[in-house]
Amino acid sequence: MSDITAPVHVPHDGTDAEARPIFTEERRILGIARSTWPGILAPIVIGIFALGFWEWIVHARNIPHYVLPGPWLIAKTLVADWGTLSGSLWITLRITFAALIAAVTVGVALAIVFTQSKWLEMSLFPYAVILQVTPVVSIAPLIIIWVGDINLSLLICAWIVAFFPILSNTIMGLNSADHNLINLFQLYKANRWQALRYLRLPAALPYFLGGLKISGGLALIGAVVAEFVAGSGGNASGLAYRILESGYQLRIPRMFAALIMISVTGIAIFLLTSWISHIFLRKWHESAIKREN
Amino acid sequence: MSAAVALSKSTGEAPKPRPLVSIRDVSKQFANGTIAVRDVNLDLARGEFVSLLGPSGCGKSTLLRMISGLGEPSRGTIEWPTSPHDAEGHASPDLGFVFQEPTLMPWATALKNVMLPLTLKGVNKRDAEAQAATMLSLVGLKGFETSYPRELSGGMKMRVSIARALVTKPSILLMDEPFAALDEITRHKLNDDLLKLWWEQRFTAVFVTHSVFESVYLSQRIVVMAARPGRVMADLTVDAPHPRDDMFRTSAQYADLCRVASQNLKKAIAG
Repeated sequence: MSDITAPVHVPHDGTDAEARPIFTEERRILGIARSTWPGILAPIVIGIFALGFWEWIVHARNIPHYVLPGPWLIAKTLVADWGTLSGSLWITLRITFAALIAAVTVGVALAIVFTQSKWLEMSLFPYAVILQVTPVVSIAPLIIIWVGDINLSLLICAWIVAFFPILSNTIMGLNSADHNLINLFQLYKANRWQALRYLRLPAALPYFLGGLKISGGLALIGAVVAEFVAGSGGNASGLAYRILESGYQLRIPRMFAALIMISVTGIAIFLLTSWISHIFLRKWHESAIKREN
Repeated sequence: MSAAVALSKSTGEAPKPRPLVSIRDVSKQFANGTIAVRDVNLDLARGEFVSLLGPSGCGKSTLLRMISGLGEPSRGTIEWPTSPHDAEGHASPDLGFVFQEPTLMPWATALKNVMLPLTLKGVNKRDAEAQAATMLSLVGLKGFETSYPRELSGGMKMRVSIARALVTKPSILLMDEPFAALDEITRHKLNDDLLKLWWEQRFTAVFVTHSVFESVYLSQRIVVMAARPGRVMADLTVDAPHPRDDMFRTSAQYADLCRVASQNLKKAIAG
């Protein structure tokens, strides 16, 4: 029988000590948790084998480098042409990030406006969908003609591609707040601003970050595609332009080098957005918490 | 001793002070035609511990939500004769609400969760933090201020939820089957702690439950409800003194009281 005079101040009740999830620090090698190492090493091993095979087949079959350059030649070209290529990379990066920032700003702002007014959402959302489903390749020439400024045109094209996932994810997030919590806010007579600030925006955060991950890659794709369309007609000289240029000049190793830089940029953007997502969610969201079974 | 003596039908003849809540001929019909609650008349006295006991679907939660102001009655009135009213004449009672689930904000620490009602009322951050910390230690969670709900067990989350409901020092605490999802041991502990809080802070408590044992253990008064349509079948006074503890839980008196409440519930279900 328990003590009648036991104070209310008990650290936890009955089963709690066992029910409490235990967070353990995993052993780390070079600052990376042990369990993540296979996920890093396995693809690297596969990659090395593939590159080795590629290099071998190029030599064994005597494939000319204007058809298929070996990885070693590509690497050498990358270093040799770094001056030109890094300038182009910088231009592509600038457009990509400007488009992503614009996509985040407009996407989140529109999502907030839409969730405050059903009428606005009903009237405008279909147009957002139309913008999304229209292939950017087909409207890029028009935009370039209308806007005139090539950098701004590229930015607009990349933005069109990137903004929809953020808009639609954030709308879903803003509407996904726990119904009981919404009731609680009503009980305490919270105004719209408070409900947005303390409930809807935090609830939308995981959804928004999911959208950001998709949009980061899409902004790059949008920038590259638009640059292809602009082609040599424009005065921009991003990575896509380098690919076109190398194609005309049959400098295929350089083409591959530019292509690799685009891929690496895409991977870097993905890692960056994943990291941002992890930083924001690691304390509380299921997706970011590791749990022992 | 006959149990019926101990657990008497309340007469309501003696002149009483004005009730905190006065429910008059309240009915609730949902848009799909379901009558959730029909012709409920109930007075809740300031400071009493009342349970709404009934099978699922008897409208006890609906009634609780109407008391809280989350749903309007289709017919009848719910009045708060002693509470402040706003400019339009609507009562704005100070109340706390505990849902069936802990309903915490997963992105906020325990302390921030408890602070929420104060933050929404515009209390400055330092005062809100101090009051929330005090409330957390009152529900036995001192030292868990910076824990996220994710890191707390079911019972602890419910404690945070209760702390949040009580942090504004409300005159009435409405609870919608708050412990239904917890295991027996945790539930007993939380029942005891809830009773102590009630005993110390003297708020009016309305506790929705479908457990006869829980309602008898906690309450001074049990309102037995029946389903389809939800209506009040009996209004019982639990004639046992507070504070109560495990001695009471294991006493013959408790067993007798439970039996009578059970019979009433059975009668209510039978119609």
